[in-house]
Amino acid sequence: MRVSEKIIEGLLWLSAVITILITIGIIWVLLSESIAFFSEVSIVRFLTEKEWTPLFADKKFGIMPLVAGTLLTTFIAIAVALPLGLTIAIYLNEYAHARFKQVIKPMLEVLATIPTVVYGFFALTVVTPFLQGFIPGLAGFNALSAGIVMGIMIIPMISSLSEDAISAVPRSLREAAYGMGSTRLQTAFGVMVPAASSGIVVSVILGISRAVGETMIVAIAAGQQPRLTLNPLVPIETITTYIVQVSLGDVPHGSLEYRTIFAAGITLFIFTFALNNISFWIKKKYQEKYD
Amino acid sequence: MNKKTTKLEAKELNAYYGDFHALKNINIAMEEKNVTAFIGPSGCGKSTFLRTFNRMNDYIDGFRTEGDILLDGRDIYAKDVRVDELRKEVGMVFQKPNPFPKSIFENVVYGLRIQGIKKKAVLEEAAEKSLRRSALWEEVKDKMDKSALALSGGQQQRLCIARALAISPSVLLMDEPASALDPLSTAKIEELIYELKNEYTIVIVTHNMQQAGRVSDHTAFFYMGELVEFSKTKTMFTSPQDNRTQNYITGRFG
Repeated sequence: MRVSEKIIEGLLWLSAVITILITIGIIWVLLSESIAFFSEVSIVRFLTEKEWTPLFADKKFGIMPLVAGTLLTTFIAIAVALPLGLTIAIYLNEYAHARFKQVIKPMLEVLATIPTVVYGFFALTVVTPFLQGFIPGLAGFNALSAGIVMGIMIIPMISSLSEDAISAVPRSLREAAYGMGSTRLQTAFGVMVPAASSGIVVSVILGISRAVGETMIVAIAAGQQPRLTLNPLVPIETITTYIVQVSLGDVPHGSLEYRTIFAAGITLFIFTFALNNISFWIKKKYQEKYD
Repeated sequence: MNKKTTKLEAKELNAYYGDFHALKNINIAMEEKNVTAFIGPSGCGKSTFLRTFNRMNDYIDGFRTEGDILLDGRDIYAKDVRVDELRKEVGMVFQKPNPFPKSIFENVVYGLRIQGIKKKAVLEEAAEKSLRRSALWEEVKDKMDKSALALSGGQQQRLCIARALAISPSVLLMDEPASALDPLSTAKIEELIYELKNEYTIVIVTHNMQQAGRVSDHTAFFYMGELVEFSKTKTMFTSPQDNRTQNYITGRFG
């Protein structure tokens, strides 16, 4: 008895430790290869050059075009997902009947289970041709459709987390609002949403973090042309897409070109790590304390 | 003796939660600028009844009423009645203080804001007036921008009363407004109720017999969804007509 307890305890400990070790390992690989990269290309150059052409003869190592592409698609995705996701959350909470809510919520979450590669070719083969119908200058590969489809992918994340946050607001607050003669709309936007704002902000940050790290959709639909632009109609390249492109290519192991993906990777890691920590911090600091 | 006007009235009111018959054929008429206390054991329907006067039960799945509730002779369950307009006329204070997570000032002027009033001077005047009437002004006048959640429970409840008064209702419903408060705060709320009845028709649900005795002019005793007895508070506490009332107020059950 005693012994089997010890063994189980040991196994639990081991699985925790393995996870931590793997994380440390990943960070170590990222860091060591990045350090090797930055010993050849200065950080200043990395951050200030306006072109990213490590695979060309005339090499430029400015990460900004990739960052711009990433931020552009992310911004479009959030611009789609936040209003829709929040509207859905409010609808489910304030208007929908309990039974309807029980049906619709799992259906929404199906959106989150669609493989991203499916979203990718949906963007490329459906959304882009559709948008080209009324945006004449739209390129075959562009940030706009990739961003929109990424937004659709993120909707369930935002709606679900926001819905949880809104329904965690105590009933007494809703009654206070109704008791003062608020309409449903005034209750939703004047009381419920502000009271749930920390949870909603967290859902948006996690959505951003997801969009920043999203790979397949942008790799398929947004193009592979690093470009320092905020124009959503032309092909761009995101950090993730670049990593895919190089990983698939025939760049020799240990070369400077090879190391660029680690530099790009660590940039991405810093973004998502920071976002996740901000959301964690907001949740802890601003979560309304109701008993 | 001049006859007082009836403010609130229920006629053959029945209410159901699904199959549960919560209120059984209730007839009552409450006078203007009077305090009526609803007493009775838990689950007797007194809170349900209180909440029919501002239709707060509307959002409960399966809740329905039969019969009439009249406010100034108007049926408040009629099709053309807008429930948000009704609630501007019939204010409510809840059992647990429920200020919004906003500043003290924003709490008091909430009702005016949702009516579209934006002028700072108007809002400030209304806020001061309401806070004075709920006897909270002196305690909060220097911290109007502070969060309402930082106030004590008793202060929060008086803030909620101020918030309800700010939109000038004619009826104030109070659902055990002091049950979550300490004795001192309770005394303050009771004092307040006594003052407010000069201007408002007040209906208060309470578990506290002494409280009903102290603050109300009339008392209604509910038992198992029925209105057992309704009379002047003094009469009810000195010579109850029904056995069940007698048993309840003498503390034999409840």
